[in-house]
Amino acid sequence: MTKEERFQNRIDQDLKIEPKDWMPEAYRRTLVRQISQHAHSEVVGMLPEGNWLTRAPSLRRKVALLAKVQDEAGHGLYLYSATETLGTPRDETIDDLLAGRAKYSSIFNYPTTSWADIGAIGWLVDGAAILNQVSLTRTSYGPYARAMVRICKEESFHQRQGYEIMLTLCRGSAAQKAMAQDALNRWWWPALMMFGPHDTESTHTEQSMKWKIKRERNDDLRQRFVDMTVPQADYLGITIPDPHLRWNPDRHHYDFGEIDWEEFWKVVKGFGPCNRERLEARRKAHVEGAWIRDAAEAYARRQSEMKKAIA
Amino acid sequence: MELFEVFIRSRNGLHHKHVGSLHAPDHEVALENARDVYTRRNEGISIWVVRSKDILASNPSEQEALFEPARDKIYRHPTFYNLPDDVKNI
Repeated sequence: MTKEERFQNRIDQDLKIEPKDWMPEAYRRTLVRQISQHAHSEVVGMLPEGNWLTRAPSLRRKVALLAKVQDEAGHGLYLYSATETLGTPRDETIDDLLAGRAKYSSIFNYPTTSWADIGAIGWLVDGAAILNQVSLTRTSYGPYARAMVRICKEESFHQRQGYEIMLTLCRGSAAQKAMAQDALNRWWWPALMMFGPHDTESTHTEQSMKWKIKRERNDDLRQRFVDMTVPQADYLGITIPDPHLRWNPDRHHYDFGEIDWEEFWKVVKGFGPCNRERLEARRKAHVEGAWIRDAAEAYARRQSEMKKAIA
Repeated sequence: MELFEVFIRSRNGLHHKHVGSLHAPDHEVALENARDVYTRRNEGISIWVVRSKDILASNPSEQEALFEPARDKIYRHPTFYNLPDDVKNI
């Protein structure tokens, strides 16, 4: 058996691959790309929500949103650590993001223009992310799978706090309900886009399925999301903006309309409503935080020199 | 910044268990960061941080040489010894 065959054999037996195990270069590259994109998404994902931290309508909403944003920072860190186990230094990964070479989830290139958007993001965006992430808890690379388990545990509050915001708005005044409807109108399609292109169009799906990096197909996860979310929208009493959406008793699934793929690719390629703004905010934070990193390093150096001097 | 591995004891009486890693300039800051990153929901009552470079890990390719010798020593397990059912509390 060749090394590659032995490797595939382990994958086929559902054995996890760990950092020091031999792996094909393409497997390593695919993981570095996917995990680092995932990490960047967590980090950039803080920005649209950060927009509302100081404007949350009550203290209860504010502490919840703060805790959620803090979680996203932690999730970014778990994932950067997982990337690091593949031999890619953290600085390099972060430089790729700041230089605009790396991708992150396109959903964060849409603006949060009203408080209802915070509800819609928790409900739809975190809901979609959870489906994807639950499936990734069974991914073949050990450190990635373990990071996913932690992340999934923490994320379920994110979705519930989002739905609670939507519920409150929908039970409120007509103007509040209209805000909730408007947020659903703007976030529904981008949320469906989060699952990626059709599997027939996806360049990575087949190989990633074979390596069990990916455990479920984009279209299957998207269908599950629609099936799960429609009754939740019904409960809120707001309407999903898709004239083709209807229950199909033969398939036992909802049928739904086609995504605007032109918009999808436009945002992926960097021309969404907020792509520039998001990257600029990241760069600014990185530059303005440099002195803290430098000071911490300088302090550590001084401390160790002093310890040596005493000894 | 250096890479640190983080170990957490979740409850009294349990072992510390590896939970992940993080970057920090020194041990003290690593401990503070570990508190913020890994114990936001009462996951622990004690934290260890260790510089990753101070850990020596066994090599997966030497797995056989390291662990194979234990495999055929079934006499190290209680079930290897045949006792009649009538004998109790043993």
